[in-house]
Amino acid sequence: MTARDDMLARIRAALADHPATPTVPREYHRTLPDADVVGLFAERVADYRATVRRVSPAGLPGAIAEALRGRVVVPAGLPPEWLAAADVEPLHDDPPLSVEELDRADGVVSGCAVAIALTGTIILDGGTAQGRRALTLLPDHHLCVVRADQIVGTVAEALTRLDPSRPQTWISGPSATSDIELNRVEGVHGPRNLAVLIVS
Amino acid sequence: MSHPTFLGMPPFPEAAKEALANTQQRANLAKATATIRDKRARAVAEMPDWEHLRLAGAAVKDTVLTRLPELLEQLEERVTAAGGVVHWAADAAQANAIVADIVKAHDGREVVKVKSMATQEIELNNALAAHGIDVWETDLAELIVQLGHDLPSHILVPAIHRNRSEIRDIFVEEMGKVGRPAPDGIGDEPAALAEAARLHLREKFLRAKVAVSGGNFAIAETGTVVVLESEGNGRMCLTLPQVLVTVLGIEKLLPTWADLEVFMQLLPRSSTAERMNPYTSMWTGVTPGDGPQEFHLVLLDNGRTGTLADPTGRQALRCIRCSACLNVCPVYERTGGRAYGSAYPGPIGAILTPQLRGINQHPVDAQTASLPFASSLCGACFEVCPVRIDIPDVLVHLRAKVVEHKRGHLGTEGAVMAAMRATFTSPRRLGAAQRLGALGARVVGRRGRLRLRGPFWIRAWFGTRDLPAPPGQSFRAWWRKQHDRS
Amino acid sequence: MRVGLFVTCFNDTLFPQVGRATVSVLERLGVRVEFPEAQTCCGQMHFNSGYRPECVPLVRRFADVFAGYEAVVTPSASCAAMVRHYHHVVDPAVAVPKVYELCEYLIDVLNVTDVGAHFPHTVAFHATCHSQRLLHIGDRPRRLLEAVDGLDLRPLAHPAECCGFGGTFSVKNPDTSTAMGIDKVADIRGTGAEVLASADTSCLMHIGGLMSRQGNPMRILHLAEILAATK
Repeated sequence: MTARDDMLARIRAALADHPATPTVPREYHRTLPDADVVGLFAERVADYRATVRRVSPAGLPGAIAEALRGRVVVPAGLPPEWLAAADVEPLHDDPPLSVEELDRADGVVSGCAVAIALTGTIILDGGTAQGRRALTLLPDHHLCVVRADQIVGTVAEALTRLDPSRPQTWISGPSATSDIELNRVEGVHGPRNLAVLIVS
Repeated sequence: MSHPTFLGMPPFPEAAKEALANTQQRANLAKATATIRDKRARAVAEMPDWEHLRLAGAAVKDTVLTRLPELLEQLEERVTAAGGVVHWAADAAQANAIVADIVKAHDGREVVKVKSMATQEIELNNALAAHGIDVWETDLAELIVQLGHDLPSHILVPAIHRNRSEIRDIFVEEMGKVGRPAPDGIGDEPAALAEAARLHLREKFLRAKVAVSGGNFAIAETGTVVVLESEGNGRMCLTLPQVLVTVLGIEKLLPTWADLEVFMQLLPRSSTAERMNPYTSMWTGVTPGDGPQEFHLVLLDNGRTGTLADPTGRQALRCIRCSACLNVCPVYERTGGRAYGSAYPGPIGAILTPQLRGINQHPVDAQTASLPFASSLCGACFEVCPVRIDIPDVLVHLRAKVVEHKRGHLGTEGAVMAAMRATFTSPRRLGAAQRLGALGARVVGRRGRLRLRGPFWIRAWFGTRDLPAPPGQSFRAWWRKQHDRS
Repeated sequence: MRVGLFVTCFNDTLFPQVGRATVSVLERLGVRVEFPEAQTCCGQMHFNSGYRPECVPLVRRFADVFAGYEAVVTPSASCAAMVRHYHHVVDPAVAVPKVYELCEYLIDVLNVTDVGAHFPHTVAFHATCHSQRLLHIGDRPRRLLEAVDGLDLRPLAHPAECCGFGGTFSVKNPDTSTAMGIDKVADIRGTGAEVLASADTSCLMHIGGLMSRQGNPMRILHLAEILAATK
């Protein structure tokens, strides 16, 4: 008998009393009716001590230019106009950058797939302007551009917009730890600075 | 490198006595638990639908348990289809051997590890060390525990028993022995300690070929594995190495992708008391060009099926390892986690550990048997549990199992319980006992209070407490007198 | 309505004044109370300690003794909780009598908060775990106490914290139980109150026992005794 057969047989034996599968009561809130999701998102991201700025489409290149300097990782598909005003040395991931190159970069600029207002969360799924996961992990500064139409109210709404087959990173503020006396300290292994530009 | 083990720990009352004498640890725990309790209360109060989320969370997890065989097969099929390899491990030895074989087939010398309760439970680090494999814990608290040659004492914050100056001393003393030393002249500010960990682990992240993780959730419908974390060490391990091995308890499943809408709300607020934890990684098998190109998922039983077989006890398998029950527990707050002698401390540990060790099937050792009694049954744990595990109910249920297994060897306690039963099944005997007690109290009582010496419970009570001497007249004697007269 | 008093084995034997006070309060409010003398114990100690078979006859006896009563009133929150939550667990076939903890009966059934008591003292009230988390009696004790003439209620800093009694926990884990109790004593002392009160004498016995051993006893009363006090 393989471990697999053994385990499945034991599980079936353990359920010999045939416990009923319950109906899941789903009376929790799936949406945030009448909420200003963009405003709430900005507020909640800022609560994590990330930097948040709201900009117009025309103001975006200027805001990016102000936020970035040095060697900046640029994921595939990032609109070229985003960096039009920036005085940076772009690092393109083609051919793939080594971990050492990523580690030495001063920052990374990316878009996102979806954002959640209630929790102040940005979700990357490796799509356009996001790149593979390592790109937004090793540089110490992450500038993320979020379009207003990418912001939803709740976790439930975000999940319906996401494709589970894509690798995802959910980001809520800069890297942090509560491991010392349960007090939150920002900045451990992930980017210690998270800046968010909301375009609306 | 050798790693400490929970094997051979004394029963809870004894271990607790020692822990209670550690005033530094008690101060550290009191401060930390007070902080997180208040934070959790605020994070939960913000959610008007919290009770609905708890109800949904419990029901989803019960669904998983009742449909476990088909959901595991579905998960296996989806992970395999997405390029992963699924392994089944009936016990700790099998799981450890699977992981060791995978590591040896690749780099073979070292692994970086994301904090995981399942691998604590199977003591994977010890097993890999026996194969000459260096294991680097990368979660800050796990790093503190590992560098301190210590045992974990909390599910979420394994080094909760350490304060900042102890952590600084461990870093200064130990980091240099296994890699980049702590910066010269480092202070004990949390930010400086976090920076030291960042520098120390960076080289390990960048060179590691194999990573080992646990998983918070695995979605049967899609084959997606989910890991929640805060520091970014998880992202490092789950993204940079070429090979990833995830050890997952079979109860960690969720049926559907949409079920995450419940658990991605319940877990962060219950655990770190945040609206959302800083980082969550989700992956499905292997993604060409992004992250590990070889993924192994080890499905672990190790006593879970024995737990599942108990209709009352199986609710412990709903647990999502948030540690809210530890943080509110008045016993845990004072004894700390190591007194529980298991990777799973606190209230959830008191019901999970005995079941994983087989209490539902056979008698267990004295340490394990002491765990269901390590509670005043105050019920604070059930109140905060995001998946509504009625921990007090299961504790009492497991106490009955312990007594059942010990029938015939219950000693003084069994004799007292039998005598009490005999007394309480007869009002006449109860009345006689009351008269006898009143008489005895007049003999030994002083100023209305008793201080007795004696064996067993007598000594346990009177070690720190007096008892009022029984009154001259019981209530029933008074009542009879009143009503005989009228 | 036929009302039976379940005095509890604990009060019957060690704290009969609590039973007398309960009768006094109820009779003052016009309730004719009966005390079925065949009553003994609800089985809580056996149940919580894992002695299920020993508990079964106690649960059945309880149901038999109180079968004819529309309401059973008890001055013990933890015993009320035992009956309400666990008697059917011990014996699913048993018809569990309708049991009220004293505060519940006064407020929910009699619809009274001012019971006509007079007690000109400062009081700290310990909200016991079973009264709060199993019975959910909430602020009923506070409402009753605040209506007592002359009474000055002093809040605890950590009212939700367990005192560490826990039945046989107090003797199976005496060190932890004591550590919890000592913190509770400090909290109570911090209120500066003259009197400590609660809806469970078991917890009070533990707290009072610690205070007595510390050589600094405090006046300790069951809630019923305060409600029974008049000018």
